[in-house]
Amino acid sequence: MLLRGAVLALLAFAIFGPLLNLLLWAFAERWYFPNKLPIEFGLTYWYRVFQPRGNALASLGTSVWIALLTVAFSLAVAIPAGYALARLKLPWRGAILLTFLLPQAVPNLPVYVNIAQVFYQIGLNGTILGVVLVHASHGLVLAVWIASAAFASVDASLEEASRNLGASPWTCFRTVTLPLATPGLIASAIFVFLESLDEFTGTYFVGVPDVTTLPLLMFNATMGGNYQISSITALLLLIPSIGFMLVVERFLKADVLAMVGR
Amino acid sequence: MRGSAGEGQRQHPVITGKASTRGAAFALFAPALAVVALLFVAPLAMSVVVAFRGKDGGFTLEHFAKSFDFYTTDLLFTLAIVVASTLLIGAVAIAIAGYLTLGGNPRTIAVLRWLYRWPLFIPFVVAGQLMRTFLAKNGMLNHVLIGSGLIEPLSAQSLLDWRGIVVAFVWKQAPFVTLLLAGAMASLEPQHIEAARNLGARRMSVLIDIVLPQVRGTLLVGLVLSFVTMLSVLSVPLMINPNSPTMVTVDVAYRISTHGDYPVANALCLLSLALAAIGAVFYLRHAAARVEGG
Repeated sequence: MLLRGAVLALLAFAIFGPLLNLLLWAFAERWYFPNKLPIEFGLTYWYRVFQPRGNALASLGTSVWIALLTVAFSLAVAIPAGYALARLKLPWRGAILLTFLLPQAVPNLPVYVNIAQVFYQIGLNGTILGVVLVHASHGLVLAVWIASAAFASVDASLEEASRNLGASPWTCFRTVTLPLATPGLIASAIFVFLESLDEFTGTYFVGVPDVTTLPLLMFNATMGGNYQISSITALLLLIPSIGFMLVVERFLKADVLAMVGR
Repeated sequence: MRGSAGEGQRQHPVITGKASTRGAAFALFAPALAVVALLFVAPLAMSVVVAFRGKDGGFTLEHFAKSFDFYTTDLLFTLAIVVASTLLIGAVAIAIAGYLTLGGNPRTIAVLRWLYRWPLFIPFVVAGQLMRTFLAKNGMLNHVLIGSGLIEPLSAQSLLDWRGIVVAFVWKQAPFVTLLLAGAMASLEPQHIEAARNLGARRMSVLIDIVLPQVRGTLLVGLVLSFVTMLSVLSVPLMINPNSPTMVTVDVAYRISTHGDYPVANALCLLSLALAAIGAVFYLRHAAARVEGG
């Protein structure tokens, strides 16, 4: 019993310790060695981050805008693809599946490096569109897998019943399959949104010098030694991540989750 | 996988036969395929070309020779860090998922289930920032260790080297593998476990002999995905341990941003691809078999 409590406490410290440390930094006015806690708490840096013409708000706006465009683009392509994968007989199915597993099984760095070089030549580097395309290339794969799992977990006999009652394939899809798959599709939209919001490496190569998303702003602040600004920015990034973690199972039922990443 | 053909596998109504439906299926899939081909497969192929192409346009190995000259230590450093992190992630995931499945105390299970997943969707760049302050010489970890009398104030040291990278990786990736593993364990037949427990098997041996063999595939997939992901992470080593020896990703960024040296950067990328290849081949085979099987 004692051991169990001790192990749980240790785990809790390992998980929440770094988060608590971040929270302290976000509200620290002054904090230096060897003080265990900040010498002075305050909101000075919050005012600086949230001042109307500050970099942080602009970066937040850029990040959210890019993420929304990425979701729209990814889902528009992923929903038909996921449906085809789950329900129809695809020619060259094996080869196609292999292509779609590739982005998960291969380190992405060479991809970003070379996309950046091509985008630089065609003027897409440092543009919102360029960053959206890079985010979508990764988000899309996730979206297709989740959408396919969502469609596959729809009870096929309901579709058959609707077809037998005379519904056209499109009506059947629109009134039976799509509504039943919606929770999974919402989950895939949230996944893609978060992926895009949090993405660093691709933006680091493709976004420079004009597109500064929130993760890049945070990174720059950290490297510049400004721990308050970077901690506040990190907190902004944590809110959607932790929010999604807390509700993920409401959207993704175990049977869908179990099919992701297989 | 053996055993996955049984219950829970719904038969997908495959609308078969007619060439028109096959064409329709392909048309639905084509846009997604085109995006992946253009934005993933093509750049990857380009990486190979650039890495092997000399100044005169002919085939050369000089970029690889240069990579090995400058970065052999970093390649080994990267491999060691990623392997160590993967093993630790596996150990943590088995321990937590195992307790969630077989644990005796419902309240502990509830707390553990709530606790372990907090870092699940926290991005690497934020995990790097968290550890940069938490593990620093003046960070909370050292203050707690000193405060609890476990170490002397003078022996406090910064963990912002390879250890910091490993901690950040495990902290961020272990919940993901745990989630997959706990999901797989929860879908096992409870009768098997109960039968073994009734026959007097101890919890540890139920975990090792009965549960783990059945979820081995899921565990390996989770670990391979983590392995490959960690090989590609730039932000964490850049923030925690930017100086040599460091991870190959940092070297790639440096070759590009400082020297504009795409050939060596691509050669380094291909070398880290080679590190990932073993895991990737396994994953592709396993995942393709799963998907094909339903």
